[in-house]
Amino acid sequence: MTAGTKFALGAVLIVGSVGYLMASGIRQTGQYFLTPSELAQRVSADPSFYDLGLKVGARVVPGTVSKEMATQTLRFHITDGTVNYPVIFKGLPPDTFTDSVEVVVEGRLQKDGVIYATNVLAKCGSRYEAVPKA
Amino acid sequence: MSLLGHLSLWLAFLVGLWGAITGFAGGVQQRRDLQQSARHATFALFGALVVAVVSLEIAIFRHDFSLEYVAAYTSRNLPTFYLWSALYAGQKGSLLFWATVLSLFASLAQLLTSPRHREYLPYVAAVTCAVAAFFISVMLFAANPFERLGFMPMDGRGMNPQLQNPGMVFHPPMLYLGYISITIPFAFAIAALLTKKLDSEWLVAVRKWTLVSWLFLSIGLLIGMWWAYVELGWGGYWAWDPVENAALLPWLVMTAFLHSVMIQEKRGMLKKWNLALILGAWLLSIFGTFITRSGVIASVHSFTQSSVGYFFLGFLVLAAVASFTLYVTRLPLLQAEATLESMVSREASFLFNNLLLIGIAFSVLWGTLFPILSEAIKGTKITVGPPFFNQVNVPLGLALLAMTGIGPLIAWRRASLPNLRRQFAVPLTSCGFALLLLLLAGMRDIGALIAFSIGGFVLATIVQEFARGARARHRQYGEPVILALVQLLSRNRRRYGGYIVHVAIVLLFVAFAGMAFKTETQATLRPGETATLQGPDGYTYSFTHLGISQYNSLNREITAALVDVRRNGKVIGRLRTEKRQHVDAFRNPTFEPSTEVGIMSGLRVDLYVVLAGLVNGTEQAVFRFTINPLVWWVWFGGLVLVVGGLIVLWPGGGVPPGTGPRSPRQAGYAVKLEAER
Repeated sequence: MTAGTKFALGAVLIVGSVGYLMASGIRQTGQYFLTPSELAQRVSADPSFYDLGLKVGARVVPGTVSKEMATQTLRFHITDGTVNYPVIFKGLPPDTFTDSVEVVVEGRLQKDGVIYATNVLAKCGSRYEAVPKA
Repeated sequence: MSLLGHLSLWLAFLVGLWGAITGFAGGVQQRRDLQQSARHATFALFGALVVAVVSLEIAIFRHDFSLEYVAAYTSRNLPTFYLWSALYAGQKGSLLFWATVLSLFASLAQLLTSPRHREYLPYVAAVTCAVAAFFISVMLFAANPFERLGFMPMDGRGMNPQLQNPGMVFHPPMLYLGYISITIPFAFAIAALLTKKLDSEWLVAVRKWTLVSWLFLSIGLLIGMWWAYVELGWGGYWAWDPVENAALLPWLVMTAFLHSVMIQEKRGMLKKWNLALILGAWLLSIFGTFITRSGVIASVHSFTQSSVGYFFLGFLVLAAVASFTLYVTRLPLLQAEATLESMVSREASFLFNNLLLIGIAFSVLWGTLFPILSEAIKGTKITVGPPFFNQVNVPLGLALLAMTGIGPLIAWRRASLPNLRRQFAVPLTSCGFALLLLLLAGMRDIGALIAFSIGGFVLATIVQEFARGARARHRQYGEPVILALVQLLSRNRRRYGGYIVHVAIVLLFVAFAGMAFKTETQATLRPGETATLQGPDGYTYSFTHLGISQYNSLNREITAALVDVRRNGKVIGRLRTEKRQHVDAFRNPTFEPSTEVGIMSGLRVDLYVVLAGLVNGTEQAVFRFTINPLVWWVWFGGLVLVVGGLIVLWPGGGVPPGTGPRSPRQAGYAVKLEAER
């Protein structure tokens, strides 16, 4: 066997393991990123979407945010205009989290219709720019 | 002033186009006058852009809020320090900054390139002018920093508080310097492809520039990590955010190039690969700009979504097609001069190192684009986050770390068994010893155990290299050991500077692995109450809430909490963490409140305290306490990396006279040492 062939074998091994790691990584850690409407659709079609780790991108419904500092519990509703889900999050929200901001909620939808969030990202499209005053 | 700025942008645009045309034409027709004109165009471009930058800075310092840009990113009460950085705080200004720095680098490339590489220069001028003209056209047609509002607001909107941090003053320019300077190696690569002078000459012309941009990218990434750590308050320094990934991608590819270029110099192999790496690194840097500015991929860093993204996408596609076509037509000229002789050789180990680096880069790119790809192919958006990147990159990174130690130990061409035994005996023993010590110390985390013992292995290989080199000098010239070490370093800057960078890589990996032992707790405390947390270093830390103070500062209202820190009951210091509400000149709130983290940094652990908020306005406060192990070593490792990079980069002392590329005297250290014995 020439050195070139041996090297090719080594290269295939490396490329193969990169491919394997990526495929298994996506299988094990990939999460659906859905809008509330899509989530509602999927859940009604396939109940296994309950209690499945996923991400929901939506807007916070103004006036629904309640912060309970003592227990560090944050409750709010999210919507994409058609479907509305209540969210309960235990933890510290990011600085950018405010009423009516766009958020990405990471968590699980339970049978009681509430999304129990493990993480809330305030997706502020203009992070580096001030929000224009209305 | 803004009129002058606007006019100089137009001037720069026309001069850029002129430089691009005359550069190409002068190169193709071999006309000296046109070549000279392109060279001058590069300098004129720089001059015109400097005028534009100065006009914008004057407008910022004069609080000329009739300019949309000045009104959007500054305010009357913004500290002077941040008025400077307002130049690149927003999309439009950062484009101007980008174009200006590019024209500076382009001018330096014209001035500093040695006369024997003169043939490349017209094309280098053409490529750099064309790229600069593109950036200027984006400003003129989509994002003009000199756009007027048509009225004069009382005050500007002010700068986002998260950008009001010293790290943010230095992080973007450093990262930009890295990004932008890749254009110079890219321009040389295109010039080499066009002139068909693809011998190792262009490598010599390009190597230092590659190292310069690699160094700036490294510094930019490190300062960015530091900023994320001290400013964002989530307790870490790397989140695999798309924008961080976009900056990491060219860095990985450049690192691969800096290694594989040695094989081309010494053995005349990998010519196609090296050219592809340079072209790829530059395309990735433009891709990164596209990601940052288009809002295609959700990221915390994104600028506002705007049409600017389409400009970059168009430019990216055009540049990719053009460079790929040119590359393919020149492939026949890029035949290797030698073949691989053995699997156990320096060449093979560098090839594996390259494959690993590119593998990592590919997985990072794939993970970053996966939401878009999955939506396009399967119709559902599937996202991957830090777990994916860690799961894929920890094993690959560890393999790469091992290669850091293995590569330099193996001889060029073909390593013999006695040679291998001699080289690996000490490092492998050290590796086993480190593992044993850690096991005895009670460490059970598999990933950290592997990382730390490979780190021990690599460090031992480097110490061995330094020791052998110094001993050889000591024997040969009778120099004392310290002097011999200094001489060794200054006579072979590239090689031993490279080893110092490897030391830094070990420090960084060890620090990254240390984060596996991070501990965290949240607590709601009244003044006088205490929270305790068990540290991974075996100590018990307790945090006592002392009280809240509220007061006004220049452009913000501050709520500060003081916390007494005890280690095993003994007071070791006091931490302060703040919530800040930024206000305008009329003390109306601007932006959302921001958090200032309290950090006590040590060699073993960092204590990291965040004030999350007050309970109903009382002094009862919610805190998050985090113990981050070994973070100090990230910053120290970063410093070592920069020092090592500077040693390699320092002029002179590189190749001893009489040893051109691929001369037998440079044929690898192990071989040379056998001869010296």
